[in-house]
Amino acid sequence: MPETFTVFINGQPVTAGPETSVAALLLRERMVNRRSCAGQLRAAFCGMGICMECRVTIDSDAHGLGCMTFCRPNMKITTL
Amino acid sequence: MASSNRTFDLAVIGCGIVGAACARAGTRAGLRTIIVEGSLAGGGATAAGMGHIVVMDGSEAQLALTLYSRRLWQQLIPELPEAAEYRSCGTLWIAEHEAELELARRKQAKLAGQGVACEILDARQLMEAEPCLRPGLAGALRVPDDGVLYPPIAAQWLWQQAQNAGAVMRSGAIVTRIQEQAIHVAGGDRIQAGAIIVAAGSQGAELIPEIPLRPRKGHLLITDRYPGFLRHQVVELGYLQRAHAGTESSVSFNLQPRATGQVLIGSSRQYSHDRAVEPDVLSRMLARAQSYVPRLGDLRGLRAWTGFRAATPDDLPCIGPLPNRPHIFAALGHEGLGITTSLGTAELLLAQMLGAEAPIPAGPFQPARFFIETSPAGHA
Repeated sequence: MPETFTVFINGQPVTAGPETSVAALLLRERMVNRRSCAGQLRAAFCGMGICMECRVTIDSDAHGLGCMTFCRPNMKITTL
Repeated sequence: MASSNRTFDLAVIGCGIVGAACARAGTRAGLRTIIVEGSLAGGGATAAGMGHIVVMDGSEAQLALTLYSRRLWQQLIPELPEAAEYRSCGTLWIAEHEAELELARRKQAKLAGQGVACEILDARQLMEAEPCLRPGLAGALRVPDDGVLYPPIAAQWLWQQAQNAGAVMRSGAIVTRIQEQAIHVAGGDRIQAGAIIVAAGSQGAELIPEIPLRPRKGHLLITDRYPGFLRHQVVELGYLQRAHAGTESSVSFNLQPRATGQVLIGSSRQYSHDRAVEPDVLSRMLARAQSYVPRLGDLRGLRAWTGFRAATPDDLPCIGPLPNRPHIFAALGHEGLGITTSLGTAELLLAQMLGAEAPIPAGPFQPARFFIETSPAGHA
């Protein structure tokens, strides 16, 4: 895998690396992952796959765990 | 009964959805009503079930009760709170192959004969109606006026209606014994009432041992939210046959879209008292569902649980007075249809209690059918 590559957040190209988690990438880009049932904004909290707060659509998975998923070339991340 | 000098005209045992509906009907008839609940109101089979409001045609009596009850739900819809999550999603009865489609056509004719709106979908129309289904299915019967709701909230709302009309609740009270016009509660208390309705689900068998109730365990699993994944309640056409085949345990395909976008996956049936989730039954149930909806495996499951349907030998509930104690009424044995039939049960029971004209024939539901004749009188 190349050292850096392009992933897409809501269609916008962003540079990431193979050791960047989706949650870290979204924090770096200052973006929130999703909205709760009550409409509140949500982003990574525990960072270790327990709290489920960082769920975000990753390719076809509507509830991907951002903190447990590493970026891959051409990955499509959809927030909110 | 209105002239009774007792504290209550009516005592209802059990505040599940059936008991709550009976209490509401009692207060609407002007009866001074108390409801006695041993645990959490709406926390038994009511909380465990799917909440499918459905017309079922397993027998003529079942069809009459479910159709009448669905009509009563439809009248209540404008009053239900949003938290009851009523959705008129309709039911799709799936025909896997041509032979089942013929069964669907017969079912369609039968339901249409009772004035139930329903239509046959061919394979292409089915794929358009419910794109998550696998290709190659023969078609379906769509019953558009069936719906789904969230049973614990619906039960709570029915109880609140009763309470607003003056009914009272005695909670945390375990009923140990019932007599004509008196309930004995653990701790030595007695509650007097002109009439008693036993609506205690599977536990009703302890109070009325003559009624042969058996707990029929079911599994359910709910997924995370996937809005738009599923549109209708989708059930395999062979559901009734599979569900009541009498084998040790059976699974059948039954999916429900929740208002949240979650998918509720059922169902299983087995006679058991063991509350534990059984991995082998659960995995057979999920495999059955996935054979109809291949992408189900991509969804994230959140929680699986079990519940107990109160089953009678003839798959019809008991709704009526006990032959040997005419002031005690049973509202028991609703198996998997208690959410749908709660409202009809309450009306049918109150009509019998007050000597009013029954809205549907009450004969098939009489508890007397399970009571062994003890008197030789009447034998020619």
